[in-house]
Amino acid sequence: MNHYPEVWGRPRDDIYGPYNSSYLQTTGPKTHTQSPAVTGTSVIAVKFNGGVAIAADNLASYGSLARFTDVKRLRVFGDSAVVGFSGDVSDMQYIDRLLESLDIRENYSTHGNMMNAKNLHTYLSKVLYKRRSEFNPLWNHILVAGFDEDKKPFLSSADLLGTTYSAPHLATGFGAHLAIPILRRLFPEEKPLEEISKGEAEAALRECLKVLWYRDARSLDKYSIAVITAEGVEIKEDQVIEAQSWAFAESIRGYGAQVN
Amino acid sequence: MTSIGTGYDLSNSVFSPDGRNFQVEYAAKAVENGGTAIGIRCKDGVVLAVEKIITSKLLKPGANKRIATVDRHVGIVSAGLVPDGRHFVSRARDEAASWRSVYKGPIPVSALSNRLGSYVQAYTLYSSVRPFGVTAIVGGWDSEAELAVDGQVGSGPKSGSGGKVDGARAGGPGLYMIEPSGLYWGYYGAATGKGRQAAKAELEKLDLSSGNLSLVDAVKEAARIIYVAHEDSKDKDFELEMSWISSLDGPTHGRHEEVPKQLLEEAEKAAKRSLEGEDEEEEEVAKDGPNQGERMEE
Repeated sequence: MNHYPEVWGRPRDDIYGPYNSSYLQTTGPKTHTQSPAVTGTSVIAVKFNGGVAIAADNLASYGSLARFTDVKRLRVFGDSAVVGFSGDVSDMQYIDRLLESLDIRENYSTHGNMMNAKNLHTYLSKVLYKRRSEFNPLWNHILVAGFDEDKKPFLSSADLLGTTYSAPHLATGFGAHLAIPILRRLFPEEKPLEEISKGEAEAALRECLKVLWYRDARSLDKYSIAVITAEGVEIKEDQVIEAQSWAFAESIRGYGAQVN
Repeated sequence: MTSIGTGYDLSNSVFSPDGRNFQVEYAAKAVENGGTAIGIRCKDGVVLAVEKIITSKLLKPGANKRIATVDRHVGIVSAGLVPDGRHFVSRARDEAASWRSVYKGPIPVSALSNRLGSYVQAYTLYSSVRPFGVTAIVGGWDSEAELAVDGQVGSGPKSGSGGKVDGARAGGPGLYMIEPSGLYWGYYGAATGKGRQAAKAELEKLDLSSGNLSLVDAVKEAARIIYVAHEDSKDKDFELEMSWISSLDGPTHGRHEEVPKQLLEEAEKAAKRSLEGEDEEEEEVAKDGPNQGERMEE
């Protein structure tokens, strides 16, 4: 073997004669942007009376490897909006810098009409849709939490295709399967937002994160939680899942030591 | 040697035989007619102020700002041709954004001034362009705390040096003035525009290099100096526009912001009072004779 990577795995010239390299495609479409590399898992969020609570764990996985364990996936924008990112971490960093430059430009005028979470969500969904239309998607599923123009709690989602939807509680990734049913049970549709307190919302998120830690193999027991109210954003980034009970694991059958 | 009729003033990038670039000197003349702009640098921040001459009663009071924000931590005020000033600010914003895209952090005030100085100087070199008709004052605050890199997601390795020097102090106030020639210097107090001579004389009295003036006092001094500088063009109405940048633990948390309305009004009131006091004193001196009029003003 020699040290030229381009000939590795190809027929050797000294044995098979010179290879007609015109058949090789030297240029081609970039493909590495079309799949994520380092990823974050679920983000979950709940609206409550007077605000929104949002949470995500602090893990960035490289495939199934738990690669980085202190990653902040909740990003604060301005003084009353939080964006939670699941999906590719480098694309999250790109969007974070994009929002930073947007925030700087927003502050050049002093009229005081700042972007709210609803404007931010619209903007992000259009960025995501533009990128998917270029076949170069930003590989993220995003939750935007904050307030709308009427100062009412706002929570909405945007994914890598630019698809948007909103609900009183939302979750991305594995959380969409595991956390949403729990949140629907805790906060049924009939229950008005006014009856959900900040404490209840926060406790529900912590409970959901615990379930995700139990059952999502790409999750972590360290997490961040942000509560957005009229007073501002209160973000805690070094939370640990408490009161774990793995007793249920005994009854799991189908893999591991007990195959049956 | 006069420039008139010699032909050496007709083009940029042409020296006169005695080594002057007349186009640049004419640009400096344009600045001398602009409303006075000043900057004061103190230990805990920087104040910028400008005398905005009201050219028409149809203009909305408080609109058409003359002090602009660049990135978050820098303010620019200029005297001279307003459109040139606008373009200058736009360039400064581009430079700050380009710095961010390379270094993932805010541009130091010194680096921004350097780049802007180079930009202005380039407009003295070519016959196809004219020099900037502005002198700009750039004031800002470089964060004294260690900032996260833009887009940073984690805290990085827990061991290893990371190139950090323990106890190294960084950041602080920055104040620079950039002239049409591209010349720029750092200042404790800077003044340009019509009333610059009077303003400079007042700034020198403040003893800024000793670092005893607080930011709030500097705001009041800045207001007073603009009012003093306006004395020579009293026939024209003007608006006082002021902005400030404080340290991270100060009132603006390292950001460039307008001086709050309440403080601005307070400073303006004090400025007017001190001017009236001077007038009264002069009258008293005239009445009582020079010997009895030596009381200090408050």
